[in-house]
Amino acid sequence: MTDWDPSKPILEIENLSISFFTRLREIPAVMDFSCTVMPGESMGLVGESGCGKSTVALAVMRDLGKNGRITGGSIKFKGRDLTHMTEDELRHIRGSEIAMIYQEPMASLNPAMRVGDQLAEVPMIHQAMARADALKLARQIIADVRLPDPDRILRAYPHQLSGGQQQRIVIAMALMAKPALLILDEPTTALDVTVEAGIVDLVKDLGSKYGTSMLFISHNLGLILDVCDRLCVMYSGEAVETGNVTQVFDKMRHPYTQALFRSIPLPGADKNTHPLIAIPGNFPLPHERPTGCNFGPRCDYFLDGTCNTGDIPMDPVPTHDRHATRCLRWKDIDWDAPAKVGKVTEKLPRGRLVLKMDDLKKYYAVSSGAFGGGAEKVVKANESLSFEAHENETLAIVGESGCGKSTFAKVLMGLETATSGQIMLFDENVQDTPIQARNTDTVSKLQMVFQNPFDTLNPSMTVGRQIIRALEIFQKGTDDADRVERMLVLLDMVKLPRAFADRMPRQLSGGQKQRVGIARAFAGGAKVVVADEPVSALDVSVQAAVTDLLMDIQRENHTTLLFISHDLSIVRYLSDRVMVMYLGHVVELGTTDQVFAPPYHPYTEALLSAVPIADTRVKKRRIVLEGDIPSAMNPPPGCPFQTRCRWKTQVPGGLCDTVLPPVQVLAGGHQIKCHLSAEALAGMEPVITIAAE
Amino acid sequence: MLPFLLRRVGVMILTALTLSFVVFSLTNLAPNLEKLARTEGSVRMTDDAVLSWIENNGHGGLMVTRYGQWLGVVPGWVRTDDRGVTRGRCITRDVTAEAAPRYCGILQGDWGTSTVFREPVSKTIADKLGATGWLMMWVMLVMVPVSLIIGVLSGMREGSRTDRVLSTFAIATTATPEYVSGVILVVIFASATTGISPLLAEWGWISGRTLFLGTATSATDKITFWNFALPVMTIALYGIGYIARMTRASMTEVMTQQYIRTARLKGVAFHQVILKHALRNALIAPFTVIMLQFPWLLNGVVIVETLFNYKGFGWTLVQAAGNNDIQLLLACSVVAVFVVLVTQLISDVGYVFLNPRIRLS
Repeated sequence: MTDWDPSKPILEIENLSISFFTRLREIPAVMDFSCTVMPGESMGLVGESGCGKSTVALAVMRDLGKNGRITGGSIKFKGRDLTHMTEDELRHIRGSEIAMIYQEPMASLNPAMRVGDQLAEVPMIHQAMARADALKLARQIIADVRLPDPDRILRAYPHQLSGGQQQRIVIAMALMAKPALLILDEPTTALDVTVEAGIVDLVKDLGSKYGTSMLFISHNLGLILDVCDRLCVMYSGEAVETGNVTQVFDKMRHPYTQALFRSIPLPGADKNTHPLIAIPGNFPLPHERPTGCNFGPRCDYFLDGTCNTGDIPMDPVPTHDRHATRCLRWKDIDWDAPAKVGKVTEKLPRGRLVLKMDDLKKYYAVSSGAFGGGAEKVVKANESLSFEAHENETLAIVGESGCGKSTFAKVLMGLETATSGQIMLFDENVQDTPIQARNTDTVSKLQMVFQNPFDTLNPSMTVGRQIIRALEIFQKGTDDADRVERMLVLLDMVKLPRAFADRMPRQLSGGQKQRVGIARAFAGGAKVVVADEPVSALDVSVQAAVTDLLMDIQRENHTTLLFISHDLSIVRYLSDRVMVMYLGHVVELGTTDQVFAPPYHPYTEALLSAVPIADTRVKKRRIVLEGDIPSAMNPPPGCPFQTRCRWKTQVPGGLCDTVLPPVQVLAGGHQIKCHLSAEALAGMEPVITIAAE
Repeated sequence: MLPFLLRRVGVMILTALTLSFVVFSLTNLAPNLEKLARTEGSVRMTDDAVLSWIENNGHGGLMVTRYGQWLGVVPGWVRTDDRGVTRGRCITRDVTAEAAPRYCGILQGDWGTSTVFREPVSKTIADKLGATGWLMMWVMLVMVPVSLIIGVLSGMREGSRTDRVLSTFAIATTATPEYVSGVILVVIFASATTGISPLLAEWGWISGRTLFLGTATSATDKITFWNFALPVMTIALYGIGYIARMTRASMTEVMTQQYIRTARLKGVAFHQVILKHALRNALIAPFTVIMLQFPWLLNGVVIVETLFNYKGFGWTLVQAAGNNDIQLLLACSVVAVFVVLVTQLISDVGYVFLNPRIRLS
């Protein structure tokens, strides 16, 4: 690599085309893709699932599997063309010069091999280092990725580490040989937001420390803004816009980029006055791409005869920094025109009380030890949950994995019964009634929309049949004909064509499946709907549409919506009140405005700071939480958050270590479970500020 | 670990008791006892005489009591007949009525006397199990490495030519029952008139009339390649196909895992990916299958030992069943139950050590 000039690009992809070959046909996955990464630069690849961003990454690694083939173009790494290298040459580059970090840290580590051995392997292969030296280096890198107790971790198996720690190990593994290029494929998607913030900080620091170039793949625009210098927006196998991050974010020149930004909930969006603008239509399947512009059928600026005639080349935007767009009409579009505001709606008045939880507790007993036995331990999944929910209201329940929000949903639905406390649903106590014992009326009034639409529909039953089945169970409709009619009305309600009644779930896209899930939940005229992360498995452009649908149905049916989510942006957009949970406790409860503005609970403060926001105007105070969420099996004494709280020193007498904080009720019924004095709380500064335009 | 083991051993004992009681009841059904009476006493006994023989020889009374006696937790029967001769379960030719212990069941080490071999059952079982032990050891030594190698080779590149060739072989062997493969092997290698032996004899390459011996009787005294290879191969072939298929399935699954991609993309060479990353994970599932082969072998030897006339456990079982040798049959069943339970325990414990993620409870 001596003939390589450091002022030249480290990675240069030119007109790359990749296809997958099946027995039936060739499926083009990436067409005419070009991008350049300079030394020390981090390049973001953004796009929805299926747009080909991961395929590009794997092509750089030359690991496309048996069916994938590069059909055109070149990938030059330090001036050498990777597409023509032999397996042997590639092996020397993989891991030592180009390293990759993956989406699922647990799946990416060998479960039967100690972490130390997996790390040490890299220098042992590439630098023929002795095992002892390699382990020493591994220990040093583990310390570099800020993991505590490196010696213990070297000897640990992957399953003994938490998700965040595993991802740090994967990063450490990638850094073992000090690569020149790091490819990160959705490195934080499987992690919680506060953990994600830590990983993102680490990646940025290490990038500048070692001068590593990065190819950062993500669907999250906020993260790209945090991490990258430049980005490349992909749509359906093509790069549609590329440029430096601020220019693309503020002065985008492609309709897809614009539509994408309008469909994500940024600060300022509001479900009543500034609703999100969903991108109409669906992502085209690889073999059903239109001629001309792939985005054409969904584009507001589509011009027949221009946009659908032939291939569209990348067109550089003059005066901008290496900014280019794949749009024929970019010069004709008024980019500063404000977005057409969708229908503005009135905020519904808060209705009668429908759900009241009083001091609800749910404990589980588990045993430890490899062969069973061991000490019996109690997992306190929910600790004294008390709140009310009214008609027409959206109550968001926010928290990271393990905070007890799913357990709460299970108890409410009757899949589990409460250990103690009361749940009043309408005028009925349901805390001790499992779902089997509840009457049809109660069950149909209280329904759930699930997180993963791909697994919650029966794959061997038509969509219509599944909705009719729900109607039968809820005893709605007089006869079969009536139920078919009701089913079609439900399809109308979730804005699916009536023809979908005869389709199988596999013929539907993720967003369409989730609509079926919503139709099923509302089949019995549900009054209270628990939506457990209903949009987190969907792509951003679809999220907006599904969210709006939920809001519309709520307005029409006066539903109480319990919206469980870890995504604070969407929570801020659609909820009326927010409940923040941590380790089974409700740490903060108030209206959306109260929770998103100071005074905060220290945990809410960190959570807000951790959420990446795709808006260049937003200034955030960076608060990175140390360590992981403690295990619910072994919670800390006193305040549950004390192990990671940055305000702890401000409470006199070590109260946080010993006493569970009382609930302080502030102005407007805003509840915070914290020892901090009223003055300290009042003195908090906002985490997010929007710079004046 | 200890509480787990204790609990498992407890369950094992309970299972063994239940199973042995079932076998005891079945072997001690009235028709069996009548047959026993006629073979031990006289074929031309009247029905009344049969009944009294059964009564006089301790086979009367409640099934539970008899089972208790056999087990050794209920005092053995003692009966003094009209001629003043005291006979009893624990009274034999060597032990007088006065000196006889009160209990004599399998718990006391008294397994009864075999009616076929005219010797204590414990001796028969020990001898024959020893013979079968040798057979099983050689089968395992051949079967496990060969099948694992075949499975790994075909699983590491799914759909390749190697995979297809080895898979065809594995399916063919596992689809052939032992009584077919045994006969085919004998015809090819151990017949003086067919197969390759006549040719080899003609060319003068072998001194005897056949390449391999068609019977394994001589192996009871001294095991040689020539008298043992065919029975071992007959059993092993079937198992090779089976375990190889299991290993292949497990291996192909492991090869699609993300950590294999991780290893590949950190520059590990292909053979190292297989040896260091895939193998241990791929062997977790076949390990259980291999442990399951032990009880299966115990039954599998029935056919092969009879076919090759090798006087081991399987052959004994056939003799016991064919000659209504109740005590021997019972002992065989207890041994089989014991082997099944112990191998399952080993399999469960070993699984935990192979797979660091697993927790048993």
